[in-house]
Amino acid sequence: MKRIMEGSMAVAEAVKVCRPHVIAAYPITPQTHIVENLAQMVADDELKCEFVNTESEFGAASVVLGASAAGARAFSASSSQGLLLMGEVLFNLAGMRLPVVLACANRSVSAPINIWNDQQDAAALRDAGIIQFFAEDNQELHDLVIQAYRVAEDPEISLPCIVNLDGFILTHGFEPVEVCDQKLVDEFLPPYKPLNYLDVKNPMTFGALFEPTWYQETRYRIQETMEEAKPLIEEVSKDFEKTFGRFSGGLLEKYRMDDAESVFISMGSVVGTIKDAVDELRKRGENAGVLKVRAFRPFPTEAIVEALKDIKSVIVMEKMISLGAGGILAGEIKNAFYKNPQAPEISNFIFGLGGRDIPSESILEAYEKAKRQENRDVFVDLRKEALEVTY
Amino acid sequence: MADKTKKKEKPPVVESLLAPGHRACAGCGEALAARLILDAAGANTIVATTTGCLEVFSTPYPESAWKVPWIHSLFENSSAVAAGIEVALKALGREGEANIIAQGGDGATADIGIGCLSGMFERGHNILYICYDNEAYMNTGVQRSGLTPFDSHTTTSPSGSVSWGNRTEKKPLPQIAAAHGIPYVAVATAGYPVDLQNKVKKALSIKGPKYLQVHSPCPLGWAYKPEDTIEIGRLAVLTGLYPIYEMENGEITKVRKLGKKRQPVKAYLKPQGRFRHLFTKPEGKEEVKRIQKIADGNIERLGLV
Amino acid sequence: MSKPIGIVAKPGSSKVNKTGTWRTSRPVFLHKNCNDCRICVMVCPDGVIFGSDSNYDADLDYCKGCGICARECPTDDIEMVLEVK
Repeated sequence: MKRIMEGSMAVAEAVKVCRPHVIAAYPITPQTHIVENLAQMVADDELKCEFVNTESEFGAASVVLGASAAGARAFSASSSQGLLLMGEVLFNLAGMRLPVVLACANRSVSAPINIWNDQQDAAALRDAGIIQFFAEDNQELHDLVIQAYRVAEDPEISLPCIVNLDGFILTHGFEPVEVCDQKLVDEFLPPYKPLNYLDVKNPMTFGALFEPTWYQETRYRIQETMEEAKPLIEEVSKDFEKTFGRFSGGLLEKYRMDDAESVFISMGSVVGTIKDAVDELRKRGENAGVLKVRAFRPFPTEAIVEALKDIKSVIVMEKMISLGAGGILAGEIKNAFYKNPQAPEISNFIFGLGGRDIPSESILEAYEKAKRQENRDVFVDLRKEALEVTY
Repeated sequence: MADKTKKKEKPPVVESLLAPGHRACAGCGEALAARLILDAAGANTIVATTTGCLEVFSTPYPESAWKVPWIHSLFENSSAVAAGIEVALKALGREGEANIIAQGGDGATADIGIGCLSGMFERGHNILYICYDNEAYMNTGVQRSGLTPFDSHTTTSPSGSVSWGNRTEKKPLPQIAAAHGIPYVAVATAGYPVDLQNKVKKALSIKGPKYLQVHSPCPLGWAYKPEDTIEIGRLAVLTGLYPIYEMENGEITKVRKLGKKRQPVKAYLKPQGRFRHLFTKPEGKEEVKRIQKIADGNIERLGLV
Repeated sequence: MSKPIGIVAKPGSSKVNKTGTWRTSRPVFLHKNCNDCRICVMVCPDGVIFGSDSNYDADLDYCKGCGICARECPTDDIEMVLEVK
């Protein structure tokens, strides 16, 4: 049965049914409701796990690292500054192949300080070897957290995973969500079986010093594993559908793409708005569609190229930017089409930074701009007043 | 020189839990301390260590000197990692399976890791934290830390024409630890190995967070002959510059008194190259007097004579 | 399908590294005045002195020749001898 709940509660409910052993918490807006909900569940004996309030996000990430190394299923959540403070540890988790799942309530990165949504925080960690999903709505969010554990803990994968949810938009937005049934989750997600763990009966050394003769191969292995994660993510989403009766995962989602000539590409909650804009365009006789990217890492290069093979124009819209280079999602899509003779025209737009509102008019405007070839790293809705500040 | 050994059968090799073949310098006080501590703790111990000399010399992949389950994560987080291990064992129904030790050097403990350390103390985890105090960031080449003693030469607090070396006194980490209200705090030195092991055993018999600071002489960084490691350790105590004691629940319960064995600080400072600059200029005498005052202060405060 | 690379190291595997090649002097146990105090066993940073019943010796595969044992032996029963061919 569906219940109306915030995205933060959808995450908490998902974490609960995954039966974590250890949760580490440090608050940061707009993630706070996630850890607060989990704390209340523990306090009411609805969730039996060790809940640790740490002295910083760095501490929280370190606690889940130690817990995972000891063989426990662990969870934490953060956002923006907190995610960056965890940065050192997150690279550590990936390198040590520890399958911790984190939720990131996407929020812009200081300075200037701004507590509202964009996806720059997740982008800042895209190179770490961490699997990353972006959720469009609270149901998908709930379902992705559960699938995240399944993917991360797969013995062929064993990498940490971040499930991204747009801060405030999803964290604090109320939507109907069907919470997965505990019995079904237990079938879908078996208990965590670590490959190696800290055990006096089998003492191993974790985190040794890898000199140049040994280090490079560890990176090669993670890259290799990321490639293997792509078909696994698809497989897991199919199994999810079989178990729970709804399709809510996988690398991509196609919306009205069958006869589309132009396709918007984006990630996260704004895809909902883009779908509305596309419906409007369709009413006007434009053959538009949407390709939602759900898995940002591993980047679904082949699946994207396949999905866009008959498309003439691609309009990438993203809430992240590599300052000094340009759109990140766009760059990766352009890279996917390198030397491909059937490559579509790729336009890219940056929008929504620092929580800037995105009405569907902005999407339509971008569509027109793309048609006019005004289409490379274009910022949407720049405010004249803000650009002309004289103090 | 002629070999004067009697013809006796070579005794069987008995290994400690820190296997040989690691790359510690000859005469390393920290290696000695680590071996003594691990053997006192026993095989049912899980250890989390920070980045530093101990971690680097003991685990060059694929080699590892550790014969207990061991993890190194980052420079500042062994206390938090150990906390994660502790709660995980609880959640997995494996509580009591092993002692949990978190360890780090003076830099890792007093400087970069003090936040995590404080958090671990505050939350009351059943963990013994060991600080290997070799009084500088040794692994990176002898730079000063918060526990570098007054007037010690390091590469980032060098002695020079207008400098006597490190300008500050040691951060009082045992007192900071005790102020958290943890049940057991102790200070030891590699120079008194039996005392060190006794303190480890005592600590591990107590539930809750424990802090043990271990004076770890470093032949390279302190510039003295490797064979003098134990002697240097003793002199630190006997001069009153590094008093060793125990605190339980915030109160000092045992101190190592000096009595007639007390030495002037000069006996400790002169053999070490890191204090040599105090003896090459006549003005250095004033600095030695100031260091003597520090020792006198310790002796008075702790009632060591 | 790949397995995660061996990122864990085996316990005690440091023993392949024979640090005995480092030293310039080695300890010689005279077995004349030994009083079985076992201080030598205790103070060796590498833990390579073994024995019992006044019969102690160092594992020369690993002994780095630091000289602490000789320095600390209360009966001067250990001498450091320069390694010369």
